[in-house]
Amino acid sequence: MTKIAVEIAGIKMKNPVLAASGCYGFGREYNQLYDISRLGGIMTKGTTLEPKLGNPTPRLAETPAGMLNSIGLQNPGVDKVILEEIPWLRTFDVACIVNISGYSIEEFEIIAERLDGVSGVDGLEVNISCPNVKGGGMAFGTDPHTAALVVKRVKAKTKLPLIVKLSPNVTAITEIAKAVENAGADAVSLINTLLGMVIDIKQRKPILANTMGGLSGPAVKPIAVRMVYQVYTAVEIPIIGMGGITTFEDAVEFMLAGASAVAIGAGNFTDPFAPLKVIDGLEKWLEQEGIKDVREIIGGCK
Amino acid sequence: MVVSIKASILENKKILPDFYRLKIAVPQISKTAVPGQFVMIKTSSTLDPLLRRPISLHRINRDVGTIELVYQVLGKGTILLSEMVQGELEVMGPLGNGFSWQQSFKRTAIVGGGCGIAPLLTLAEHLIGNGQEVHVLLGAQNKEKLLNEADFKELGCKVLVATDNGSSGRKGFVTEILEELISTTNLDQVYCCGPLPMTNGVIKLTKSKMIPCQVSLEERMACGIGACLGCVCQVRNEDGTIGYKRVCHEGPVFNASELIFEKD
Ligand SMILES: Cc1cc2nc3c(=O)[nH]c(=O)nc-3n(C[C@H](O)[C@H](O)[C@H](O)COP(=O)(O)OP(=O)(O)OC[C@H]3O[C@@H](n4cnc5c(N)ncnc54)[C@H](O)[C@@H]3O)c2cc1C
Ligand SMILES: Cc1cc2nc3c(=O)[nH]c(=O)nc-3n(C[C@H](O)[C@H](O)[C@H](O)COP(=O)(O)O)c2cc1C
Ligand code: FES
Repeated sequence: MTKIAVEIAGIKMKNPVLAASGCYGFGREYNQLYDISRLGGIMTKGTTLEPKLGNPTPRLAETPAGMLNSIGLQNPGVDKVILEEIPWLRTFDVACIVNISGYSIEEFEIIAERLDGVSGVDGLEVNISCPNVKGGGMAFGTDPHTAALVVKRVKAKTKLPLIVKLSPNVTAITEIAKAVENAGADAVSLINTLLGMVIDIKQRKPILANTMGGLSGPAVKPIAVRMVYQVYTAVEIPIIGMGGITTFEDAVEFMLAGASAVAIGAGNFTDPFAPLKVIDGLEKWLEQEGIKDVREIIGGCK
Repeated sequence: MVVSIKASILENKKILPDFYRLKIAVPQISKTAVPGQFVMIKTSSTLDPLLRRPISLHRINRDVGTIELVYQVLGKGTILLSEMVQGELEVMGPLGNGFSWQQSFKRTAIVGGGCGIAPLLTLAEHLIGNGQEVHVLLGAQNKEKLLNEADFKELGCKVLVATDNGSSGRKGFVTEILEELISTTNLDQVYCCGPLPMTNGVIKLTKSKMIPCQVSLEERMACGIGACLGCVCQVRNEDGTIGYKRVCHEGPVFNASELIFEKD
């Protein structure tokens, strides 16, 4: 039997495949199609202190083998998430990682404090990288000192494992990764979306109401693999890799680059069963290759 | 119940210069689908286009386990779709909230424009089956882009047409015909699906005459089942605050009274 279970920052997962934040809600929708406890974990929609309406529409634009989104962190706020979403998600045998976003360090602290000790929450993914929030998200994730400060202050408020989500919109991602590791991050996840833009040439204006948005999907995969590879050489803490994964081959590629687990975002939209196909495909591939434990391939790129 | 499965293509035929009718065998979808719901169709076996395309149900043939869709060929996705002649395609559905009606309704009007006419045929079929007098008002740029006039007539609907250039029916907007109909006829409900300016006009008109109106909206979609929050529209909540609802999940059919339009 091939072993595909992994443990990241103390969070046990039956397999190394997660749903990426913002692409999977809190799991309710996809649970109509299959039992979501098949996944290793679910990273929830970005949760803020107060409820957020999000950006005007259009919020989506398609690009070759990719898509831009500018949802603007629409969510019901942390209190409602604790009251209405976590109790539901808790009934499934799947790791629940709450993705959190703040407009100030204080907000990050309060959200972390409120989620600390909430039954059913296995970890926090600290989103210091969402490019959609003006004046906030981007700034935290693009400067090593601020990134480290957020992590240090959040760490002091919670016993939950902290997975810090890194922005690819930086010149040296390894600097940020090292800074958050030193500040106490238990793991990092990458990449978030790349800031992009699409113009409708007929109307001569941007398609997105917010002008710019985050690019994800297969179009970004080589960038994501490169960044995982670089970060793997720079830090000791585990990496959750994401960006354009749609097949088990993609997942293997990320793990060879150094990821201990992978997450699927936009891939769910192309094929809602993508995560299950990745899990099954990975397991079969490991068997074929005679590999006893999936962890053996982590960072195995020669 | 929502399913995502492979379905056999039974027919994919050009019915007007820009429009195709696609018939697929999916008993799992036709079994529970209602008018106004839609499916998400994978138009390519590659990763480009990445996203599935939302298309409304045009006919639901529960007895034989098929559904029919009518789509306008516009861009990458629908061009690829129009090139599929046989084999299977991946489809997810039935999705969203459809139109609703009450046993007590005696007389209703359906207003459709452009490709927005497509989902209204199955609605008309159900309303007629419910014993209602159904007025159908259709708008299009020209005769070549006017869908389903004969099909509505065949069902027994009273059909009126407006085209921008007068090549069929009246020259002008379908909202003008609606205004006249409202002034002579008592309507229990108006149903509407079409381009935004038309929908806006219908909402304004029905609001001023206090006639309940259900509209089907379009928005760009990614997941199609309510997970990504990409497809929202603005609504006024019951407590008076403004919020967003998902067109793919709470919609695509909404009561006009709850909608707020930012774009005119
Ligand atoms: C709920 C719903 C039901 C629909 N039902 C029908 C139908 O029955 N018949 C029909 O002809 N069309 C229908 N449409 C519109 C149809 O989905 C678009 O015309 C189609 O996606 C265009 O794809 P494309 O690749 O050909 O065009 P492209 O120009 O390549 O589209 C690019 C992107 O824009 C999106 N897009 C472009 N135009 C629209 C639009 N008007 N609405 C939403 N997204 C758009 C596409 O989904 C895609 O992501 C419906 C849309 C929605 C939301
Ligand atoms: C519609 C959408 C919404 C997203 N929302 C969030 C979010 O709330 N918080 C976050 O950290 N990342 C968010 N992301 C980024 C994804 O979690 C992921 O990092 C990125 O999309 C790359 O993976 P992919 O190529 O598999 O989609 C979102 C992505 C998409 C497409
Ligand atoms: S398309 Fe994803 S929520 Fe509607």
